[in-house]
Amino acid sequence: MAENLFLFIAVLVIASAFWVVFSPNLIHSAVSLLFTLFGTAGLYVFLYADFIAATQIVIYVGGILVLIIFGVMLTSKIDSPSIASSSANQFIGGMGAFAIFVMQVAVIFNTPWNIGSEQSRDATVGTIGKLLLTDYLLPFEIISILLLAALMGAALLSRRN
Amino acid sequence: MDSLQSYLTIAAMLFSMGIYGVVTRKNAIAILMGIELILNSANINFIAFNRFGGMQNLDGHVFSIFVIVLAAAEAAVALAIVINLFKNVGSVDVDDADLLKG
Repeated sequence: MAENLFLFIAVLVIASAFWVVFSPNLIHSAVSLLFTLFGTAGLYVFLYADFIAATQIVIYVGGILVLIIFGVMLTSKIDSPSIASSSANQFIGGMGAFAIFVMQVAVIFNTPWNIGSEQSRDATVGTIGKLLLTDYLLPFEIISILLLAALMGAALLSRRN
Repeated sequence: MDSLQSYLTIAAMLFSMGIYGVVTRKNAIAILMGIELILNSANINFIAFNRFGGMQNLDGHVFSIFVIVLAAAEAAVALAIVINLFKNVGSVDVDDADLLKG
């Protein structure tokens, strides 16, 4: 059961990611990205990362994907029959991406990974909260300021005049 | 099936498809989607190594939270830039963004 579910999620992630980069229609790409992000959240659940899975759905699906769809709709003429996106350098790009993939797979299957003991399946929220406010306090504060600055900058950039 | 290698392979496929999208797409927003795929594959790697690497703490989870926050900031700024590009050039084709060319 769990095996089949894992296979299904893996195929869903890969196939929808494939359609994200190959679909000629931008809206189709965006909707396909939705399935990739949901499938990735499912993979996080398989990895016992409950908080990251919820964060993935809330931020990626609820925030970033909506932003992307807004971007598509604000920059294309919606009444045109298809919001097409052309591609360039498909052969060279495909060869390069495939070469990168082959190298990665070679490394993945030839490295003697240091597989440790099984991680506990407890809820992760409390531990992550403690880590963020102790060991990672400075990066946490810096990234908060970065996010604030980025959002203010984005608002400033997209204002009229 | 539920091993480190399978997760890493899925992440590698996502990464190479993201690279392909970034390299071949002409629409700026489609390039942005490719970047999101790449960031997601990095996140899967972080979480997978955290689960299988024998770590007793959750450092990988914290790193992937940072990556998600960076992705949000990046998407906001990139879309502001793309909308400005559309206002100034009239298209979001990155080939048309050659105003700096002499």
